[in-house]
Amino acid sequence: MEILNQISEYLQQGDDDKVFALTKEAIEQDLNPKVILDNSLIAGMNIIGEKFKKHEIFLPDVLMSAKAMYAGLDQLKPLLASKGISGLGKVVIGTVQGDLHDIGKNLVGIMLKGAGFDVIDLGKDVPPEKFVETAKRENAKLIGMSALLTTTMTNMKKVVDLVRKDNSDIKVIIGGAPVSKEFADEIGADAYAYDAGNAVECVKELI
Amino acid sequence: MRPKVKFLTNELINKIINEATEILCKLGVEINNQNVLSLLSDNGARIEKDRVYFTEDIIRKALKTVPNSFKLYDVNGNETNDFSGDNVYFTPGSAALHILDHRTKEIRNPSTEDYIDYLKVVNQLKHIASQSTALIPNDVHEKISDSYRLFLSLLYCEKPVVTGTFTIESFEIMKDFQLAVRENEKNLKEKPLTVFSCCPTSPLKWSDVTSQNVLDCAKYSIPVEFIAMPLSGFIAPVTLTGSLIQHTAETLSGIVISQLANPGTPMLYGGSPAIFDVRYETTPMGAVETMMIDCAYNEIGKFLGIPTQAYISLSDAKQLDAQAGLESGMGATLAALSGINNISGPGMLDFESCISLEKLVMDNDICGMNLRMIEGIEPKEDFPSIPIFEELIKENHLLISKHTRKYLKKEHYFPGEVINRANRPRWIAEGKTTLEERAHTEVEKLIQNYEPSCLKSEIKNDLTKLMENEAKKYGQDKLPKRKP
Repeated sequence: MEILNQISEYLQQGDDDKVFALTKEAIEQDLNPKVILDNSLIAGMNIIGEKFKKHEIFLPDVLMSAKAMYAGLDQLKPLLASKGISGLGKVVIGTVQGDLHDIGKNLVGIMLKGAGFDVIDLGKDVPPEKFVETAKRENAKLIGMSALLTTTMTNMKKVVDLVRKDNSDIKVIIGGAPVSKEFADEIGADAYAYDAGNAVECVKELI
Repeated sequence: MRPKVKFLTNELINKIINEATEILCKLGVEINNQNVLSLLSDNGARIEKDRVYFTEDIIRKALKTVPNSFKLYDVNGNETNDFSGDNVYFTPGSAALHILDHRTKEIRNPSTEDYIDYLKVVNQLKHIASQSTALIPNDVHEKISDSYRLFLSLLYCEKPVVTGTFTIESFEIMKDFQLAVRENEKNLKEKPLTVFSCCPTSPLKWSDVTSQNVLDCAKYSIPVEFIAMPLSGFIAPVTLTGSLIQHTAETLSGIVISQLANPGTPMLYGGSPAIFDVRYETTPMGAVETMMIDCAYNEIGKFLGIPTQAYISLSDAKQLDAQAGLESGMGATLAALSGINNISGPGMLDFESCISLEKLVMDNDICGMNLRMIEGIEPKEDFPSIPIFEELIKENHLLISKHTRKYLKKEHYFPGEVINRANRPRWIAEGKTTLEERAHTEVEKLIQNYEPSCLKSEIKNDLTKLMENEAKKYGQDKLPKRKP
C-alpha cells in the first residue's frame, strides 16, 4: 500500500513530522495498526539497521529515523494495546554494581529504544537483585548489563545465577570492554554484544 | 587557521637562490640540445660547446613570466585542480616498471590489463584528484610505451593526467591525443589536460630528449613539472642545504628554457630529490631527509611565486606492510602541511618502481585524512557555547543534535573500509581481516563497479585511430586486446 511505503520512506529520511502526519492519515483510513507497525515502521527501521551495518549511514541517521519511528509508534500504541498486541517488548539495562562507567550502556539504551524496545535504564552501580526484581516486576523479557572493569564483571554472574535460580525465561545479554563471548558462555549469559548496533541485533534474536 | 610546517627562513631561501644563480652563471649547465642552446644564446647566455653560462638577467626575466597559478581540467572539461596558494592535490606516483599483482601478490612486469585495472581504480578514488601514467605496460613496442599509457589513460579515466615522454618523437602523438580530446589548440591552452614531467640530469645537465620536451610543451602551453633529482652525498652535496642549492639551480635552468621558449607557460616547481643511502646504494623516498628536502624546495618555489610539486608520500617497502604505511603517511602529512600543490606518490612502493593497487586504495585514505587535517580547526557555530552545552546536559548526548547533523561530515573525515575502526570483538566477528585483505576487497570492488568514462565515443574512436597508426609506424599492427 502506497501510504505504508511513504511512511517507511520518510522514516528512513528521519522526517518525524511527515511520519506523524502520514501515520495519523493511515489510522484515519482504518488501516490495521499492526499492519502499519509491521509494514511501515518496523520495515523502515529494518532497512535503516541494514544500512547502518554496511556503513552506508551513521549513528545519528539511525537515531533520527528512530525518532521518526516514535512519531508514528506513539499514535499506534493505544490502538495496539486495545487489541492486545504488545510492542517489541521491555528490556532492563544497567551498569553492574561497583562500576560507574555508563557511556557504552547509555548508547545501548539509545539504540534499543530506537529499535522499538521499551527500555528501563537502571543507571550505574546497579546491585544484582535490582536487575532481577525490576525485570520480574515490569515483565521484561531481557536484562542487559555492562561493565568496564575486570573487578566488576564478576557481578554479572550473580545476576545470571539469580535469573537461573528462578527458572525464569528472562534472557541475559552482556557487554563492555573486559567482557567477551567466552566470558558470556562461562557465566551462562545468553549473549554477548560487541557494540550498541550488535546489541540490538542480539536482543532481536533473543526475544 | 591553516596548519603549516616550515623548514627554511626567508634569509636562508634568499641565500640558496643567490648561490644557485651564481652556479648557473659561473659554472653553467651542460645542455645536449641544439635548439635549446640557440634559444639561450639568442637571449644573451654565453655558450661554450654544450655548456651554457646563464646571466642574472635571463633568470630574472624568466621568473617574471612564470604564472603563479594554473588549473587542470578533466577529459570532459571540468575543473579538477587549482594549483594556487597552498592548495593541495594528490596524484599517483609514477612511473613504475613493476606491479605488485593484487591477485597473485607477485611482483612482475605490468601489461595493458594491469594498466586498465589501475585506471578503473584511480577513476573512483575520491581524494586523488588526477591520474598519472603510473606504470609502463610491457606488451607494446617500447617506442610507444609512453604514448600508449596516455592513450589508455584518456580512454578509461576521466581525471587529468600527469605524464611525460620517453623520446622526442613521442611528443607529437601525445600532443595530438590532447588535441583530439580538446578539439583545438586554443581549448587545450585554456583548459590544460596534462602536466608533463621534464627531468634535468643531476648534476646540472639537460639531455637532448628532456630539454626538447620542455621546448615542445612550451610551444603548446602544456604545463610542465621540472623533476630535478639531486642525490645527497652522491651526485649532490651531502648536506640538505647543499642539495637544495643544486635543486634550485637545476630547476631554475628549466624555468629559463621554458619561459624563454614561450613566456607564460604554466609550470610546477617540482622534483624528486633523495638522500643516497650509502649502505644499500639506494635512493630512499621514505627517508625523513628526502621529505625535508622536498618540503624545503617547495618553500623556495613558493617564495619565487610558483606552484609546486614533489614526489613524496611514497615508500621504499617492497610490500604493503607497516613500513609502507609509515613512510607514505609521514610523507603525505609533511607534504600537506607544507602546502605542496601537487603531491605525487600514492600507490608507489620500492623507491618509485612498483605500483600496488592495494596500496593506492590505502593511500587514498591517507590523502583524505590529510586533506581534512589542512582544513584546520575553524569555529562553526561554537560561540556562544552555552546553548549547545545546555542541550547536552538536557539530552545527555548530542548524537542527533542539529549542530551534530550539520557539521558531522564536515568536521570528521570518514575513511573507507580499508581503515578498520571496529572494536576488537567486532573485528574478529567480521573476519579478523588484515589491512591487505581489506585493501584487496576494495580493489576488487572498485574494478567491478567501474563505469566507463563519459568521454564522447567519437573522441575515443579518434584516439584509437591515432594510437593504431602510431603503433603501425613501429611495426606493431595490432594493439593488445582491451577489456571494456
